[in-house]
Amino acid sequence: MLLTVDHVTLYRYSQPVRGVVQSHRLTPSKFDGQRVLNWEVIVSDGIRGGSFVDGAGDHIQAWTVQGPVSEITVTVRGKVETTDLVGVLRGHKEKVPPQCYLGATAATTADMALAELADSVDADDNGLALAHGLSALVSDTITYRTGTTHAMTTAAEALAQGKGVCQDQTHALLVLARRNNIPARYVSGYLHSTQDGAAHEAAHAWAELWLEGLGWVGFDPANRCSPDERYIRLGSGLDAMDAAPIKGTARGQGAESLDVKLEVQQSEQ
Amino acid sequence: MTNYFNEMYDGGQVRAPYAQLDEWMRNMPAELQQMKQAEAEALFRRIGITFAVYGEGGDPDRLIPFDMFPRVFSAFEWAKLERGVKQRARALNAFLADVYGRGEIVRAGRIPANLVYQNAAYEKSVVGFLPPKGVYSHIVGVDLVRTGPEDFFVLEDNCRTPSGVSYMLENREIMMRMFPALFRENRIEPVDVYPDLLRRTLASVAPSKCKGEPVIVILTPGHFNSAYYEHSFLADLMGVELVEGQDLFVEGEFVYMRTTEGPRRVDVIYRRIDDDFIDPLCFRPDSMLGVPGLMDVYRSGGVSICSAPGAGVADDKAVYTFVPEMIRFYLGEEPILNNVPTWQCAKADDCKYVLDNLKELVVKEVHGSGGYGMLVGPKSTKAEIEDFAKRIKAKPHNYIAQPTLALSTTPTFVDQGIAPRHVDLRPYCLVGERAELVPGGLTRVALTEGSLVVNSSQGGGVKDTWVLAG
Repeated sequence: MLLTVDHVTLYRYSQPVRGVVQSHRLTPSKFDGQRVLNWEVIVSDGIRGGSFVDGAGDHIQAWTVQGPVSEITVTVRGKVETTDLVGVLRGHKEKVPPQCYLGATAATTADMALAELADSVDADDNGLALAHGLSALVSDTITYRTGTTHAMTTAAEALAQGKGVCQDQTHALLVLARRNNIPARYVSGYLHSTQDGAAHEAAHAWAELWLEGLGWVGFDPANRCSPDERYIRLGSGLDAMDAAPIKGTARGQGAESLDVKLEVQQSEQ
Repeated sequence: MTNYFNEMYDGGQVRAPYAQLDEWMRNMPAELQQMKQAEAEALFRRIGITFAVYGEGGDPDRLIPFDMFPRVFSAFEWAKLERGVKQRARALNAFLADVYGRGEIVRAGRIPANLVYQNAAYEKSVVGFLPPKGVYSHIVGVDLVRTGPEDFFVLEDNCRTPSGVSYMLENREIMMRMFPALFRENRIEPVDVYPDLLRRTLASVAPSKCKGEPVIVILTPGHFNSAYYEHSFLADLMGVELVEGQDLFVEGEFVYMRTTEGPRRVDVIYRRIDDDFIDPLCFRPDSMLGVPGLMDVYRSGGVSICSAPGAGVADDKAVYTFVPEMIRFYLGEEPILNNVPTWQCAKADDCKYVLDNLKELVVKEVHGSGGYGMLVGPKSTKAEIEDFAKRIKAKPHNYIAQPTLALSTTPTFVDQGIAPRHVDLRPYCLVGERAELVPGGLTRVALTEGSLVVNSSQGGGVKDTWVLAG
């Protein structure tokens, strides 16, 4: 599938700030399931910083903006050719050992309810069946509902209220997998919504679980599927904060507000 | 009754390295001793070298007691220590380059994967990034104790930002001022080359994008930190700027420091703040101490950070057990310095042994430091031991145990005159292009009679440490 991305993030500061520093994970991953035809990221008045591919295989690009500035725009545009690999992250070069993804973070710490849920599955299942079971369990226990959680909501809080968005569902799946000793990580990316309306959120997140013999395999509890040709993968981390496509900070007192416009379209050519 | 090795007296005989000091001691009248001790304290106060102690309340500017009786090593004794410490420093750095690279030692089954990759100090964000010259720990502080003429044990390694080197320098300075004659009568190796060696070590690991003479800074968490004195002292002696996070900023591919003449590019940062606080974009987002964007500059070769982020995985107390294995694996050598036999409470068999023998053992927290949260079995009451047993049972993986070592003693000035007190030693190995060890170190002394705990936070003092020229 040919997908075009048009993603504009506008940061506004209530007072001009002295400078902005950002770290971007905004370039599609290199693996057999996707091929970049063209791609560019532009930061208004930005100075390009260091760039490198990190141990997890993510392409990182740093930016700085000199102040005073009260508004900056991050524009991402490009075209990617995708292939359905039924979730398997084939041909992705990385160096971080899978065991590194067994540890909990603040957002992915198990409370009693999550621990019970994690232990309720049949651990005798083979890895793949267990992973599918865990993902389904999350879809069943945390219903997709926007506006019920926020960026800092933890997996435990989302489970307690039984509602959340893709970030919360993914966090919960990470907890369940890690409790079952399956390395698991948060993946951020884009999703093309098809006409039938099944898919949610163009700025999307899902989980990857490390399965013996298969390597990293994606599971999307929000859509009860594994990532296919509608998905564009950007990068990964231990949780949403660690895997954020844009991390940034501004020097100054101004309060920050955010406006995001994103379209992921199927392209004819 | 344990027989402790006295470094000055072998039976009735004075051991050779202490011959001159024996005479010095005999010829010192009690009044002079008291006068000199008062003078030493006044000098330390004037210099301002104090050490705030966590969790003890009281005077935050309390002096660490200084004992005037030097601790002495012969050239021969030191040669072995030097080889042993350098060997360890090389192996620890090889281990770090390996576990952030291909992980051969784990693949070879010589160290358990979970101990490394699930370690809180393991930094996933620097996997695959090789720092300049492949060095991660540029200053390795190795804590040693002596139990006999030839017997040294390593208690722990400090690969991040070992403190205390300012005491090594100040203790010497004070002794030279007070007893100049001693330094004419004995041929003592100088330690004042340390700041210059440190500066050269830091310069030798300048990043790939640095052309010309590298600009070096020391990054401190600020004057509330207990080692702030040392940070400013070293900056002074090296002739480099002492900065806090807010003095640095990232622009484009580099880090700059604000100066009165405008921004100045920084090439090497000797940081005295922990990984967690170094860059709010990469680690703790609530950190006010660090520099936003620093890790991206570092990972793209725009600046060097010493010690390298992630170096802490090598000095973890559970990883410590495997250092002899590292020496064999990477260097193909036998360890020159011994590890203390260590029981891991995380292992069921070890834990049972530890709980059954608490009275004989020293128990420490895996991530603890400064002598807090530890149990010295032979010096503890029954109630203390029972209380500690509960803590171990609740969190076994949090504890390791070691036999109570018969720490050597050296003569020490006490209220009643001169008496033996237990000591340890921390030499500082510098690793850049080469590994170098200044002949000396920090000797800590347990001033309380019979005490084996030398930590300054637990009432320990310090001494000048001499290495005699060969």
